[in-house]
Amino acid sequence: MQFMLLFSRQGKLRLQKWYVPQADKEKKKITRELVQTVLARKPKMCSFLEWRDLKVVYKRYASLYFCCAIEDQDNELITLEIIHRYVELLDKYFGSVCELDIIFNFEKAYFILDEFLLGGEAQETSKKNVLKAIEQADLLQENLDFQIRLFPAPS
Amino acid sequence: MPAVSKGDGMRGLAVFISDIRNCKSKEAEIKRINKELANIRSKFKGDKALDGYSKKKYVCKLLFIFLLGHDIDFGHMEAVNLLSSNKYTEKQIGYLFISVLVNSNSELIRLINNAIKNDLSSRNPTFMCLALHCIANVGSREMAEAFAGEIPRILVAGDTMDSVKQSAALCLLRLYKASPDLVLMGEWTSRVVHLLNDQHMIVSSASTDLQDYTYYFVPAPWLSCKLLRLLQCYPPPEDGAVKGRLVECLETILNKAQEPPKSKKVQHSNAKNAILFEAISLIIHYDSEPNLLVRACNQLGQFLQHRETNLRYLALESMCTLASSEFSHEAVKTHIETVINALKTERDVSVRQRAADLLYAMCDRSNAKQIVAEMLSYLETADYSIREEMVLKVAILAEKYAVDYSWYVDTILNLIRIAGDYVSEEVWYRVIQIVINRDDVQGYAAKTVFEALQAPACHENMVKVGGYILGEFGNLIAGDPRSSPLVQFNLLHSKFHLCSVPTRALLLSAYIKFINLFPETKATIQEVLRSDSQIRNSDVELQQRAVEYLKLSSIASTDVLATVLEEMPPFPERESSILAKLKKKKGPGAVSVELEDGKERGELNGGADRGGEAAIAASNSTPSPSSDLLGLRSAAPVGGPAPSAGSLLVDVFSEAGSAPPSAASEDPAPPLFVCKNNGVLFENQLLQIGIKSEYRQNLGRMYLFYGNKTSVQFVSFTTTVSCPGELQSHILKCIPSLTHTKPVEPLVEGGAQVQQVINIECLTDFVDAPLLNIKFRYGGALQNITLKLPVTINKFFQPTEMAAADFFQRWKQLSQPQQEAQKIFKASHGMDTEVLKAKLLGLGTALLENVDPNPENYVCAGVIQTKIQQVGCLLRLEPNAQAQVAPPPPPTHTHTHTHLCAHALDSHTASVCPSLCGSHCITHCTHLHVITRYCIYVKDPHRVGSSKSH
Repeated sequence: MQFMLLFSRQGKLRLQKWYVPQADKEKKKITRELVQTVLARKPKMCSFLEWRDLKVVYKRYASLYFCCAIEDQDNELITLEIIHRYVELLDKYFGSVCELDIIFNFEKAYFILDEFLLGGEAQETSKKNVLKAIEQADLLQENLDFQIRLFPAPS
Repeated sequence: MPAVSKGDGMRGLAVFISDIRNCKSKEAEIKRINKELANIRSKFKGDKALDGYSKKKYVCKLLFIFLLGHDIDFGHMEAVNLLSSNKYTEKQIGYLFISVLVNSNSELIRLINNAIKNDLSSRNPTFMCLALHCIANVGSREMAEAFAGEIPRILVAGDTMDSVKQSAALCLLRLYKASPDLVLMGEWTSRVVHLLNDQHMIVSSASTDLQDYTYYFVPAPWLSCKLLRLLQCYPPPEDGAVKGRLVECLETILNKAQEPPKSKKVQHSNAKNAILFEAISLIIHYDSEPNLLVRACNQLGQFLQHRETNLRYLALESMCTLASSEFSHEAVKTHIETVINALKTERDVSVRQRAADLLYAMCDRSNAKQIVAEMLSYLETADYSIREEMVLKVAILAEKYAVDYSWYVDTILNLIRIAGDYVSEEVWYRVIQIVINRDDVQGYAAKTVFEALQAPACHENMVKVGGYILGEFGNLIAGDPRSSPLVQFNLLHSKFHLCSVPTRALLLSAYIKFINLFPETKATIQEVLRSDSQIRNSDVELQQRAVEYLKLSSIASTDVLATVLEEMPPFPERESSILAKLKKKKGPGAVSVELEDGKERGELNGGADRGGEAAIAASNSTPSPSSDLLGLRSAAPVGGPAPSAGSLLVDVFSEAGSAPPSAASEDPAPPLFVCKNNGVLFENQLLQIGIKSEYRQNLGRMYLFYGNKTSVQFVSFTTTVSCPGELQSHILKCIPSLTHTKPVEPLVEGGAQVQQVINIECLTDFVDAPLLNIKFRYGGALQNITLKLPVTINKFFQPTEMAAADFFQRWKQLSQPQQEAQKIFKASHGMDTEVLKAKLLGLGTALLENVDPNPENYVCAGVIQTKIQQVGCLLRLEPNAQAQVAPPPPPTHTHTHTHLCAHALDSHTASVCPSLCGSHCITHCTHLHVITRYCIYVKDPHRVGSSKSH
């Protein structure tokens, strides 16, 4: 996978993950172009399209579009299910996830994605295992929060 | 604010995000952001040292601002500081910031790399994973340079936790994909491969069972797809049993597709079909099981009518590749009606595009007329985005499968009528080339363009074709009073004023041709040329043509005029320029159908009675005012028909590397490299690979030069060297290593050449040459070339001089059957002493003169140097002018080494001999009898010197 973008129906980018180094300018250009292309497509159309020399796989969940760019030899259907599994993970973690959760907890959305995919490849496809890893990380975080509340930093 | 706050400690961040969301306008948002940026800046610059929590919070805010689309030009230092925090969450945010925001800022990279290094060696698995994630996320060259050496160590270390191994493996893959030259896996490969046997690596970290990997009733779909994909990197297994099991697996997958679904959820069918499509890809990759190919085709046929658009799309796509297999081509063709229907009724343009691609791929002589007609009618309503490509495809199919040329001419003129704007120069150049080269269609073409030009509004491209064809062949229809010369001229000239400058220039040339064809039009045309709008035209080209043509027609005699304005000679045969254009558009891989028969094209283009060479000569000697119109885009002549068999042979066997192997030489290990070390290893229309190599003892160094022959850059250019059977026996170790000056960059610019160095060490005797795999993208299509590197056992020969007595004494000693190998070759052409000698020297042995009592014979001696042993070889070549030499019974070999070595040498002398024999044209039949005798010394690893083992 070369990159994954999450954007809203209004075209606002919610998350971007690049697995192939790109210049900032190029990232912006790609995002703009792709968001436009995908938003212009009608609901019943197929989830795949050729774009530059990549294959784009996208799916809409409520108000959010999940969009992945994969390479020639990659499998479209399994990519569609990568998206679905990611949505499932978000859903399980946030409890009936909505766009707002991802806006306010964008860093969590990143951490979950990182736990699931690494370098554009599925690292751990078991839902249970990914969530376990995230929970462990949260545990570390909660301990830390506890410390902070005990000794609040002067603001 | 949402209720969720699992472990969320950053209230300030949430407040800030709420503020942003509450902004009523873009201006308000920018104002709020600027305020926040100022605040963060002052905090970072302030005297008071910030605690980790605040740093984390501000860095997070910056990240949020960045994700909103604003540029962030500070805060990197603070993020780097977070990396060295001991608190997990701070470190985590630091890494997140770095992986989202970092670009190759060199100073920063050094600091980041330091932090990563510390975490990698921390032995804390969570920290190690964070660091590995960061390396993979950034994935830059700098990262690869810094860590490509470290990660394999982590991957294979016994004490690394499984979860860390998992991350390390994927991280390494990421770096390898980005900078293959930096990730030197040579020594690690075998150890990494062992990981595949590790239950935990596949099924991931302990304490889980397979149940967790079942996805909507489909067991481990990701793993299944990966493994099927992995198999596609290899040729079909040679071992019958293994092959049988694989076929069985593929059959099972096909069977499963027929079973009723276990769930109605789309996730179930997607996961199941993902595996199915991957299996079909593998079946296509093997392209050797007719039964499976046809079954795959039937399965896809079902999908063509599936209610899921996604499946229809993928089925069309996958069937395209099936169409190119000889086994399934016919099966694909049975779906033609469905595909045509898809082209007409699919509501999604990307699906229609796939349908058009498939029609193109399944087209052959039997259905060409139907497919071309459907494509033409689709063109009338086709989406703008795919029209040009459709036009090219129609033009190619019409040309390729034309049985009668009137159909071809009709098709192209229809094309211009329907989609004139999308008809590129290549297309109308081509129709003219073909009409000129085929005299049986010229009259029909003239008549048809004449009729087409009657339309009040016809496309400018039609005027061009019309002008050109009438200028050449108008005489063929001039007998009919309805198309008399003057009528023709007036018709053309009525379009003149609406046309662009290049078309007008073409028409002027047509007019002067008219003067030659029809003297009765001379006065009228001269009048036109003389008019101010021509002779004083502000366009220099038009003015010049008018002046010159006018003068030419006034002063030249009829004979001179007839010579100058003679009918255009046939065009030299070359690759269809349309095809070249489509290749450029889609990348050559996408038009694989073309490869199947260049012959038909040649037949169509070349014309039956006009030789290609004559055409070239003629076109060189007859410059014509309009000769620059065509042939501008001349692609290099295709390798197709050889100029003449004789000269080709001489080329192949000539000494220097000057002769590139013919286009068909993709077939690996060209024999001509057995006896020489330099030359062109591979060449096709895109890429040329030159080779220079040198060998000393059991070591070798090979320089490969990859030249991009196109003007377009190759992207993702990677090369890998692998040794067949390496995992079992380490026959030959190849360590691809790169010169410091020029590593193989993933980008090869058009016209550029890159160099790669491969170091070779011969460990023991071997038969199979190492494989070089080259992958790159050209215009979107993945090119995948696998070649045998010309490393043969004789490269490690050290010549040994010896006297006659010595030679024969040793020869007699080596009299055991397993110490001898014989081969008899028929010299197909004869031989030349000097050439023979050169070949034998090229083999690497010492050629011993005046040793054999029979002056006809040649004897050689040498020692093959490998790391673990030396093999002494004596070779005797006996040319035998008598035709009937019975081959001796094959020697029985008992000792493995001898066997291998004999086999190796056999196969190489075998490949030497055709070149020995083919050099010059002595007509009498000669047989060559090669006898080699060996003895093997096993090197004592501790002592220099050798001891005899036989």
